[in-house]
Amino acid sequence: MILKNLTRMAILALGTSTLASAAAAEGDLYIYSWGEYTPPDLVEKFEAEFGVDVHIDTYDSMETMISKLRAGAGGYDIIVPGDGTMQILIAENMVEQIDVHAMPNFEHVDERWREVYWDPEREFSAPWAWGSTAFVVDTEIVTGDIDTLAVLFDPSDEVKGKINMLRDINDVINMALRYLDLPRCNDNPADMKKVLALLETQKEWVKSFDSETKEPLVSGEAVVSMSWNGYAMRARDEKPSLRYVYPKEGFTGWMDNLAVPKGAQNIENAKDFINFVMAPENAAMITNYARYSNGIKGSEAFVDADLSGAPEMTPPADAPAPEFIPTCSPESTELYDRVWTKLMN
Amino acid sequence: MKVHGHTRLAALLLSPALAIIAVFMIVPIGITTLYSFLEPARYGGVIWEFSTDAYVRLLFERDIFDDTLSFSTDYIRIFVRSLVQAGVATLLCLLIGIPTAWFIATRPDRQKTLWLMLVTVPYWVNLLVRTIAMLLILRDEGPINDSLQAIGLTSGPLPLSYNNFAVGLGLAYSFLPFMILPLYAAIERFDFSLLEAAYDLHANRWKAFVGVVLPILRPGVVAGSLLVFIPGIGAFLAPDILGGGKTIMIGNLIGQQFQGSRNWPFGAALSTVLMTLTLIALMWSARRAAKAGTEVV
Repeated sequence: MILKNLTRMAILALGTSTLASAAAAEGDLYIYSWGEYTPPDLVEKFEAEFGVDVHIDTYDSMETMISKLRAGAGGYDIIVPGDGTMQILIAENMVEQIDVHAMPNFEHVDERWREVYWDPEREFSAPWAWGSTAFVVDTEIVTGDIDTLAVLFDPSDEVKGKINMLRDINDVINMALRYLDLPRCNDNPADMKKVLALLETQKEWVKSFDSETKEPLVSGEAVVSMSWNGYAMRARDEKPSLRYVYPKEGFTGWMDNLAVPKGAQNIENAKDFINFVMAPENAAMITNYARYSNGIKGSEAFVDADLSGAPEMTPPADAPAPEFIPTCSPESTELYDRVWTKLMN
Repeated sequence: MKVHGHTRLAALLLSPALAIIAVFMIVPIGITTLYSFLEPARYGGVIWEFSTDAYVRLLFERDIFDDTLSFSTDYIRIFVRSLVQAGVATLLCLLIGIPTAWFIATRPDRQKTLWLMLVTVPYWVNLLVRTIAMLLILRDEGPINDSLQAIGLTSGPLPLSYNNFAVGLGLAYSFLPFMILPLYAAIERFDFSLLEAAYDLHANRWKAFVGVVLPILRPGVVAGSLLVFIPGIGAFLAPDILGGGKTIMIGNLIGQQFQGSRNWPFGAALSTVLMTLTLIALMWSARRAAKAGTEVV
């Protein structure tokens, strides 16, 4: 708290030194988001247009963010929850109803991001960025048909022992469920036994369960790795033979959203910011900085050329649609946990 | 009168430490224990209803269909693995620590400070950074395997990373100074004329070591072992990074309950059991130390 006051004082001192901005300032906006996720040019533009001082704090996981909100130690006006977390925050009455659907710039939101499972009417949240979770293959080493999860679960000899999986219970188990053609968020013990058997067989060939996927791929420690599309693009920058695969069995999509936590002090500024971000030229800044797609129509015109054509951001026409998976029931979560614990034993 | 003033002063001097222990240790431990007896809420957190499910789950698996309980060793195995890994790390630290501490303690006074500083310098770097650095050194494409293959000693990479060996090595490296420093403190006080006396009385090297050196080393060994073993059991970075996340220790299991699995009471119960085990180990070693103390006197 003292530290926070000190930083606030420091910011105030800085603000008064640049007289113009201090004079125009109509208050503050406190953003709580992932690191390296909020474009500085976007913030500057917003500050200049609205005369609001923006302050950014970062978290390293959704759990950190939720526990901080639960503890009441907030003071934030904007948070950036993923789709499953957004569903929880609404269910637990932890976010303000801000009627995003009624905001002027909502017309720019792509139709597919309007009626979403986590906020069907878009009363609480606006799109920020979205991406997918699939896998990356080093095409120099792996040949043949790679557009299938069999690359991971029924690997060829050159892949065995060189597989990296994400260290994430849900992502790994959902991928296994897809390969077995079983429903996600599964609470059927018989199905989950099959998942465990599949993953235990596969573990023999897995080198590591590591969520930092770029490094093992670039160094060659892994020739196949589960990955988020953003990491996959960064890895390809360093090793052109890497290819992000949209498997025919399907893959997980995710979306981060802007929302206002209950009790926020600067709700009007937060609403201004959310409306501002839904403008195409502003949403494009997110993509250019964080290298993830945004959900705004017409933003393509403002996106850097090397990004708009990147295969990691635009699935090929014949790829299946990304599957968005809600937070699973406690029963299926417990089964997932048990499978994972047995797998890691 | 004098004694009275002395105790008052002592109480005054102790009060900041006691306050910190009360606020940052007793209260959190109390909350943890309390939470372990509650029901998990749907999206993390707890429901205020008494339940021993978290503890039942440690030993038994509840059948989804008929609610019957069957004995399960899943979690016991994770506990045992953590104890074994921490034990191996402690032994490794002793093997490396005793000669190192002995070497430093027998240097001239001016050099001692320098050597001690050299021991601690690597630990100015954050643990996460050191652990990742270690993985980069040990892995298949790392410098060790590269050079072994370059000079033709091995034809393929040795399995140095992503296994229990790497975890044990990582734990030992993480906590090595906690072993060296107490050992050094013990050896530094050692009166080397005692060793000469032992030789004068026809003790061979082994007898002199066991009869003279070891009893003096003991407090250092006990303190160092506890300082390595206890954080070693709860470690989660080494298994995640050096073990490639392929086998988990208690620390990982606890983290999992507060993150993806959203079962706070179970995580709290695991923490409570871990703390209880640690407390038992501490009390056992304290009693042994007390016994050893009375024997010497």
